[in-house]
Amino acid sequence: MIAHAIIFYFLSTITILSTIMVIASRNTVHSVFFLILDFVSAACLFIMLGAEFVGMILLIVYVGAVAVLFLFVVMMLEGNFEKIKQGFLQYLPIGFFIGIVIFLELIVVIGGWQYKSEFIGTSKIIYDANETNTEQLGKLIYTDFFLPFQISGLVLLVAMIGAILLTFRRRTNMKRQDMVKQSSRERVDSISSVDAEINKGVKVND
Amino acid sequence: MNLKTSRLLKTVFLSEFVKSLYLAFIYIFKRRATVNYPFEKGSISPRFRGEHALRRYPDGEERCIACKLCEAVCPAQAITIEAEPRADGSRRTTRYDIDMLKCIYCGLCQESCPVDAIVQGPNFEFATETREELYYNKEKLLENGDKWEKELAHNIRVDKSFR
Amino acid sequence: MDYAIYFFNDLLKIFALVIPVLISVAMIVWVDRRVWGAVQLRKGPNVVGPFGLFQTLADALKYIFKEVIIPVRANKVIFVIAPIVTMSLALVSWAVIPFSESLVVADINVGILYIFAVSSLGVYGIIMAGWASNSKYPFLGALRSAAQMVSYEVSIGLIIINVLLCAGSLNLKDIVLAQKSIWFAIPLFPMFVIFFISALAETNRPPFDLPEAEAELVAGYQTEYSGMMYALFWLGEYANILLMCGLGTILFLGGWLSPIDVYPFNAIPGPIWFIFKILLLFFLFAMVKAIVPRYRYDQLMRLGWKIFLPFSLFWVVLTSAFLYFFNLLPA
Repeated sequence: MIAHAIIFYFLSTITILSTIMVIASRNTVHSVFFLILDFVSAACLFIMLGAEFVGMILLIVYVGAVAVLFLFVVMMLEGNFEKIKQGFLQYLPIGFFIGIVIFLELIVVIGGWQYKSEFIGTSKIIYDANETNTEQLGKLIYTDFFLPFQISGLVLLVAMIGAILLTFRRRTNMKRQDMVKQSSRERVDSISSVDAEINKGVKVND
Repeated sequence: MNLKTSRLLKTVFLSEFVKSLYLAFIYIFKRRATVNYPFEKGSISPRFRGEHALRRYPDGEERCIACKLCEAVCPAQAITIEAEPRADGSRRTTRYDIDMLKCIYCGLCQESCPVDAIVQGPNFEFATETREELYYNKEKLLENGDKWEKELAHNIRVDKSFR
Repeated sequence: MDYAIYFFNDLLKIFALVIPVLISVAMIVWVDRRVWGAVQLRKGPNVVGPFGLFQTLADALKYIFKEVIIPVRANKVIFVIAPIVTMSLALVSWAVIPFSESLVVADINVGILYIFAVSSLGVYGIIMAGWASNSKYPFLGALRSAAQMVSYEVSIGLIIINVLLCAGSLNLKDIVLAQKSIWFAIPLFPMFVIFFISALAETNRPPFDLPEAEAELVAGYQTEYSGMMYALFWLGEYANILLMCGLGTILFLGGWLSPIDVYPFNAIPGPIWFIFKILLLFFLFAMVKAIVPRYRYDQLMRLGWKIFLPFSLFWVVLTSAFLYFFNLLPA
């Protein structure tokens, strides 16, 4: 048990420290790297708790895909931080207000569930030690929580389509390549050999 | 739609890829086009312009008479010659340096030499670890001449009829 | 005291895995160069050791003695970490690869997810290298290859789902054992082909070696690297290729199982079959490198997102429908 505790405290220390570094480091790219470290150590903590599926999915989805895109954006935007910092005091009250609102909402969400009578508590979920937690999670999501799960998937799909639609514009003033046309061009379409008669030549039909 | 059915089938079934895979597989068993270089070497023409050498007459007298034609003709100005009369009155070089790093191996020195003293031999494996080793002086060039004399004489004899 | 014994036992296991993997990476580099040479009617490396087998070791020795240059404006910490990340991630995945029914370092329930997660982490070695070099070409090369790896991971994920539907488990050992009657390469042949192509893209092999398109990007994210750090990238790349071959073997070619369950074949021990199949796949990798011209970047992205992704998604639906209606779903 001691080894388990040592590893747990080691990982949780890394998690907390890297979380602090995310907001403390001056270089934005560094803070994204710390965020990734945070994700990785959180995934390790999940695995230590026995939730290997959740841990792996955290790694695959957040570290493998989301954080990469995040890193792309931050790397591309890198530049004039003085300009960004200029309006700091001006926006401070608004930011503070929004922060307070989110904090209150969190209190309501976390504090409120105990007083809700029809809430399905986690204790109601039967844990069967014979099955892997991947199977159990699958059964739970695709039976009891089938509709909420599918609806949340749909919400994400709508968000994705919306984002694509907002940023998509087809420019008309540029030349485009038709890749199908390019790759389906064959020898017979472009080359033909002709016997040219002397002093008459060949009429090229274009 | 510009896509032709035949093309689509070719793309989907990767037929061209499979064809080229087959071709590549056949090529594995073909005769190699290369030689096993450090152990085997390709044949070299008698006119090959490799490392320089200063030749001697059969009696051991150096051929070079310090006419400085090679120095004059050298387009890279890699050759430096200084000459003085020797004790027996004949005109000889006291210094004959070739900067092998400047040399472009054009062969003009060899062409210009009236006594076939400076020649470019068949040796091309004279890489060194320092630049200094490639500043050849008269001693080095004569040594090369002694070392390669057999091949050099043969090459000149073979090439004679074409000049 | 018990902990110490467990610890050293595990350490021993890890060494017993990592050292053969590193040696086989060295050998695979040699195989690659020999095959490539053979197709181009050359001899390939044949001087160091018998048939040139020790060429890679000689190269490694050369890299060790070369000077490691760190650019002045580079972000030194990340610059140094990047190759280490690439190399160690390439080795870490091997922990869950089963060489036979009992020969596996960590037999975990979510083995396939573990490999997938670790290989998706592999992008960071490249991005970190490209960003920390603080130079144009490495940055552009890193963006390209990272985008490429992320895109093809999606299609690999869907292909893996196909296999999982047939096997009914995330454990690599169970996946192999599910292929006792028939290898998944036969019923899922199109998926096998797409997996192979995606694996080429995932490991930045030709024809998808865009970061190495030297006419455009010098050497991509490796431009500023030299000496041992470059060698780590290089070895990491080959370890990843070997891993992808291993994964392909486990998912589609029946892992350590013999092709037919009759006497002379099933007497050969499993690990040998496994290595043989990996070599077979790697031979294909090497042949592809020799025969296929490089893709353009937009063609690459089009292939990944517009062809492989929809097709493998469609195949997931097809497979699950087939399994459901014919009542073939694994328990």
